[in-house]
Amino acid sequence: MQKIGVFVCWCGSNIAATVDVKAVAEALKDEAGVVFSTDYQYMCSENGQAMIRQAIKDYGLTGIVVCSCSPRMHEATFRKTAVSAGLNPYMVEIANIREQCSWIHKDMAEGTEKAIVLARAAVAKLHRNAPLTAGTSPVTKRALVIGGGIAGIQTALDVADAGFEVDIVEKSPTIGGRMAQLDKTFPTLDCSACILTPKMVEAAQHEKINIISYAELESLSGFVGNFTATIRKKARYIDEDKCSGCGVCTEKCPSRKGLDDFNMRLNKRGAVYIPFAQAIPNVAVIDADQCIHFRTGKCGLCQKNCSAGAIDFEQKDQLIERQYGAIVVATGFKPIDASQFNEYAYNDSPDVVTSLEFERIMNAAGPTKGQLVRPSDLEHPHEIVFIQCVGSRCSEDAEKGKPYCSKICCMYTAKHAMLVREKYPDVNVHVFYIDARTPGKNFDEFYRRAVEQYGVDYIKGMVGKVSVEGKKLHVQGSDLLNGEQVHINADMVVLATAIEPDPTARSLGTMLTASMDTNDFFTEAHPKLRPVESPTAGVFLSGVAQGPKDIPETVAQAGAAAAKVIGLLAKNELTCNACVAHANEAVCNGCSQCERVCPYGAITYEDREIRTPEFRGVRRIATVNEAVCQGCGACTVTCPSGAMDLKGFTNRQIMSEVDAICR
Amino acid sequence: MSLTNKVTAEDILRISGVDASRCMQCGKCSGACPNYDEMDYHPHQFAAMVRKGKITELMESKALYQCLSCFACSQRCPRGVEPAKLIEAVRLSVIRQKGKNYMTADALPEKLDEKIPQQALVSAMRKYSK
Ligand SMILES: Cc1cc2nc3c(=O)[nH]c(=O)nc-3n(C[C@H](O)[C@H](O)[C@H](O)COP(=O)(O)OP(=O)(O)OC[C@H]3O[C@@H](n4cnc5c(N)ncnc54)[C@H](O)[C@@H]3O)c2cc1C
Ligand code: SF4
Ligand code: SF4
Ligand code: SF4
Ligand code: SF4
Repeated sequence: MQKIGVFVCWCGSNIAATVDVKAVAEALKDEAGVVFSTDYQYMCSENGQAMIRQAIKDYGLTGIVVCSCSPRMHEATFRKTAVSAGLNPYMVEIANIREQCSWIHKDMAEGTEKAIVLARAAVAKLHRNAPLTAGTSPVTKRALVIGGGIAGIQTALDVADAGFEVDIVEKSPTIGGRMAQLDKTFPTLDCSACILTPKMVEAAQHEKINIISYAELESLSGFVGNFTATIRKKARYIDEDKCSGCGVCTEKCPSRKGLDDFNMRLNKRGAVYIPFAQAIPNVAVIDADQCIHFRTGKCGLCQKNCSAGAIDFEQKDQLIERQYGAIVVATGFKPIDASQFNEYAYNDSPDVVTSLEFERIMNAAGPTKGQLVRPSDLEHPHEIVFIQCVGSRCSEDAEKGKPYCSKICCMYTAKHAMLVREKYPDVNVHVFYIDARTPGKNFDEFYRRAVEQYGVDYIKGMVGKVSVEGKKLHVQGSDLLNGEQVHINADMVVLATAIEPDPTARSLGTMLTASMDTNDFFTEAHPKLRPVESPTAGVFLSGVAQGPKDIPETVAQAGAAAAKVIGLLAKNELTCNACVAHANEAVCNGCSQCERVCPYGAITYEDREIRTPEFRGVRRIATVNEAVCQGCGACTVTCPSGAMDLKGFTNRQIMSEVDAICR
Repeated sequence: MSLTNKVTAEDILRISGVDASRCMQCGKCSGACPNYDEMDYHPHQFAAMVRKGKITELMESKALYQCLSCFACSQRCPRGVEPAKLIEAVRLSVIRQKGKNYMTADALPEKLDEKIPQQALVSAMRKYSK
């Protein structure tokens, strides 16, 4: 027979205002097995805990019931208290009389009655509790960073600086991400490449960082501390070890039809190319779809001209299998497809461009060598219209567009407007905006500079229509502050298109069992208190993959994610969950149902020698890998023979609770 | 012209099925409107004013009869507000009031001119009278 102590907490007035705590403590004294019952103002306080410890010693308690807030709040606290007084932590039960009782009732009598019932159920369960011991599992001291934009690079650098090995898996041929495509950056207008490329080089040269470019995660198994990843490294048809990045092949290649993704497909490139001058790794790639050799078996000019002998048409995709302790998702974003917004004539005129296309046009290494010209005829524009919020802030049920604010476009549009006015004072710049959203250090000052010093014409209102009229673009929009409809004959229109998660995010989320929101941004474990962790243990979030943000915020979050990874990898072993599933071998008949429902792959089967009064011989029995089982209970409800049970939440324990409630 | 019965924002919501509180006052509707300059109140103002319950002003506006019912505003609205339906609902509220036919058969002959297609007259009669 157990000797049980009951401790009823007032939680100040949180509980005591709706539940007669003294009456609860008094009522519980009559329960079988209860040898001590009391109440106190704050059980979680040092004094409250001391009271629990003292009672365990004085009365030789074998288990305790704390009637208090949700176990999510203080179960860990009271388990520690019990341990320090010599009890097994799993001999602690919490009756949640706050969230599930005092906070949702108004009437004192009702609240008290329910609190007593909840406490009785906890006592009934505790009678069937058994001490449990959690196992441990080792931690593989290597991190996997998925995505090599500024987020992934920064997280990798911080983790590597702490002495742990990091692999960056980047799906494109080079790291750098979107930041590599930007010209200047707000709010300081420094050159993006000038601040990014030193970090790319640092990552490449870091002895603890291994960059796996042109690669994607193929599959993943395991659990926190012990992931096994299979990475597919796509054939680039170039031997990375031999290629010196001299670029001779790219000049000799006669195929000129491929579109240059790095320049937002504004110009053509050869079938063999290096994405940009500072690419890392600085190694060429062959685009097999465009390559004449792959299409006709002829050509091979690159191979003939490569003095390093790096061209390898026979190269195959390679599968790499590695162990990791932690995984960081840093897969970033892409602008949404602007062709859905043809009211702005994006499909009708090359002079209507997206903001990211505009970054390439303004960039000295871009398709126009940094000359601001109209894409249609390469003439200098005189009138430019910027349109903000294209595809952002649409209603949830809108047939196109995103419901969220993309957060960065007000600022980068102010940047674009200023850069144009700075370099070309003869160009008139108009910005149509709904709101100018500029929260951030030095952000509003930046936007005001565009208006006050650079004379950018900000028009509050949206554009309703852009139509092509000869060489001009007729822009018709609202000027809400002046109460008029305005018409501008523009040479170029720039669309601040919404951003969305990388298209691979959804399938990656499934592979990692990491949850995401309806917009495919990865969700954090807690929106305020755990912003860089995924709810899936061992998976961390960095950069725009979690939600729209600019570079300063991305870098800050990347560092925070790194700190969490370091905290995990610094441990030698992790304590597993003690409440794991377990099959009763006398009842299990190895039907394989549980294996199919286990989302963590924790169940296997083994042939075991069984000796029961009814059966003697070898039978196939379910076996649970306790390090992998997360205690979700899916198998226990699936098992047709009732063999599977969850330790700490056995069927008998649950039924005892139900009986106590219905008594 | 004075209006006999008070029409409320709820009436407009019921007739139009449009929830004006969804409007974020971006002005895309009014930016799209092909007849903006002829109207005294513009589609984004219909959304704002219905929300504030200023229905009487709208019922007395010229815009009710200048709106082409082209639905450009509704089609462009990023928040699914459909201002054209709001305008239509206010117009109906006027016409439903006794004796408030905006167009009567007697008035037709003076409006006739050879450029107006007959179909336009028929649909105008349908729209502007009981
Ligand atoms: C037009 C424009 C202008 C901007 N201007 C500024 C500015 O002036 N100042 C500022 O602070 N911010 C600016 N930004 C925002 C800035 O670009 C982002 O904050 C930043 O790039 C976010 O970095 P990231 O690493 O999270 O994502 P990304 O830069 O998108 O990097 C993600 C990386 O992950 C890779 N990846 C994606 N999926 C996978 C996968 N499944 N497997 C492997 N790899 C994958 C991608 O190839 C990419 O390399 C601008 C954005 C735009 C669109
Ligand atoms: S950041 Fe500005 S432009 Fe971008 S969606 Fe938000 S309000 Fe619109
Ligand atoms: S409790 Fe969940 S994780 Fe554990 S074996 Fe059963 S299904 Fe798998
Ligand atoms: S009705 Fe729609 S388009 Fe017009 S202002 Fe409101 S949200 Fe914008
Ligand atoms: S339906 Fe009326 S208000 Fe709307 S765009 Fe057409 S004319 Fe303008």
